[in-house]
Formats: sequence, structure tokens, C-alpha cells
Amino acid sequence: MTLLPYLVAGWIFLVGLYGLVTSRNLIHAVGCLAVTQSSTYVLLLAIGYRDGGTAPVFADIPTDARVVDPVVQALTLTDVVVGATVTALLLALVIQLHKRHGTVDPDELSELKG
Amino acid sequence: MTRRGRLLLFLIAATVTTVLLVGAFVELPDFGTNFHPYGDRAVHAALEHRTANAVASVNFDQRALDTLVEETILFAAVLGAVVLLRQVTGERRRPPRPARVSPAIRRLGVLLLPVALLVGLYVVAHGQLTPGGGFQGGVVVATALHLLYVAADYRALERIRPLGPYEVGDVVGEAAYVVTGLAAMLGGSTFLANVLPWGTLGTLTSGGTVVVLNAAVGMEVACGVVVLLATFLDQVVEIDEESDGARPGTGESR
Repeated sequence: MTLLPYLVAGWIFLVGLYGLVTSRNLIHAVGCLAVTQSSTYVLLLAIGYRDGGTAPVFADIPTDARVVDPVVQALTLTDVVVGATVTALLLALVIQLHKRHGTVDPDELSELKG
Repeated sequence: MTRRGRLLLFLIAATVTTVLLVGAFVELPDFGTNFHPYGDRAVHAALEHRTANAVASVNFDQRALDTLVEETILFAAVLGAVVLLRQVTGERRRPPRPARVSPAIRRLGVLLLPVALLVGLYVVAHGQLTPGGGFQGGVVVATALHLLYVAADYRALERIRPLGPYEVGDVVGEAAYVVTGLAAMLGGSTFLANVLPWGTLGTLTSGGTVVVLNAAVGMEVACGVVVLLATFLDQVVEIDEESDGARPGTGESR
């Protein structure tokens, strides 16, 4: 048994969080959030892997071939789509923030403005 | 909170999270295990409906309702971005300047544009057979159109990209998905049930409603991404602050 693929997912998650916590630029922070989210892709695909399995696409392989789990792959697709939309929305928010406050450094955005 | 304090707090939290994660990973099914009860059932159901791409079958047949919600998330995000990045008071829109592009890049763009467009449509149309589908193909189609921005300039892109029709296309793609589901209900089945003839495994017409739903999603994603990119590009290329002319970084980026 090997834990390595799962640990890689955990590592990506924590690295992304570290970037978020220490970020000095909101665009960089949005990128870090995307990294954090990509850990879920790795975790899902690792869970669905089957030793010696191929892609669950039966266009040119026999229907009894050994394939990996298609359910987690479908979930990963959903994950990617949602991740992309969240990134787009957050970047739009950052543009608006920059217009209004003239900065994208989260530390300089501490005071509330009416 | 100081940066140091924040980092310290993060390290403590990260240590706790690491312990919890490793504890959970140890309990997970072994990596590469042969035990995939859901996967086996999903493959069986996909083959039963003659859909060669089991992932597409999961997305557009077995979990079609979830994909409807996923598509709606994309729709809402595009809507949100359009609202957030609209032209506000104090900003003016200036016509984009023509840009000089080297002839080599221009020729490459003209050559690649139809190829990329065709590949995108191919990926959408073969979603039930080969890896791909509406989401992936839609993004390829939308990106293909933007080759025109690289190969020519923003004005050329705007000519083939009047935003109105693409906004309508976004809505039509979303609506087509719902209508397909409702049509199944009118036919006496459940919402989004795979009621169309399943065809023969491995042919273009196999998979029943998977083909239709892929096309609907492909249209929505392609139009949605075009609109989304347009709102961002407009910010850079066209919209300017009224007061002090061009700020640094808002001029034409190329």
C-alpha cells in the first residue's frame, strides 16, 4: 500500500493555503486559491485509480477492459469548471477593488470605507 | 495582526490539519485498489446506454441533474462578471487602436483559427465517444475565436464577436439543457432521463440524450467564455478612467 498520491494532494492543499496566508497581492491570492483547489483533483483521481487501469473510454478498447473509476473523473470535471468560474469572478472583484482603492495588497485594504 | 503572527497561526493550523489529513489518508481505500463499487456500476450503466465515454455517461446521463446545476454555476459566474466589470460612471470607452502584427504571426493565426475551431466542434460532437465533451470543446471554440486578437487586433475580434448574439447563445445553451429534461418528462419519463434511442456503441449517434446535452453545454460554455473574456479584455483595451486619461497598465497591452 502506498500513501504517496494522497500525501501529494495534502501537500498541494497546504502549499496553496500557505500562499493565501502570506500573499501580498490579491491576484497572487486568487492563483493560490486555484492551487489549493487543484489538490482536490489530485485526491479524487488518486482515489479512483485502479492498478493497470486505462481511461474509461470504450471507443477502442474491449468492454471488459480494466478501467479506472469514471465517477471521480466526472467529479473532477465538475471541480475544474467550478474552479474556473470562481477564479473568473474573484479576478473581476480584484479589478473592482483596484479601481476603488488603488491597491491589490490585502494588508492595505484593512480600513472600511463607506 | 502582524505578518509574523499570521504565519505562526498558520503553522499551528497547518500542523493540526496535516495530522488530521494523514489520519484520514491512512483510512482511505488503498491506492490502485481493485475495489471500485461505484465505478463498476457506472461503467455497467454507461455500456447499457451505449455510451463509450463512461465519464460523459456519468456527467450527462447518470448525474445529468448535477451537470445542469454545474452549468448554472457557470452561467451565474458569467452574469456576475458582466455585472462587476460593466462600464461605471467616470469611465469612458475609447475605440481600440489598430495594432501592428508581424506577418508571420498573422499567417499562423489565419491558418490556425479554422483548425482550432474545427477541433473544438469535434471535441463537442464526439463527447460521447472520446475524451472531451461540451465543457472542454466549448472552451476550445471560445479560445479559437481569440486567435483573431493575437493574429490581427482587437477591432478584428470585435467584428466577429458582437456580444449580443453570444449572450443570447449563452442563455439558449442553458435553456436547451432544461428543455431536453422537460421533453423527457413530457414523453412520460423522469426529468433528464435518457429517452432518446441509444444507438450502437462507438458510433456518433450513440448515447441518446448525451449527444444533445453535450451540444447544449458546448454552446453555453463557448458563448459564456467568449462573454467572460470580452468583459476582461474590455477593461484592458477599451475602458479608461475619465479623469486622468490613461493610467499605467491600461493602454493596449500589446
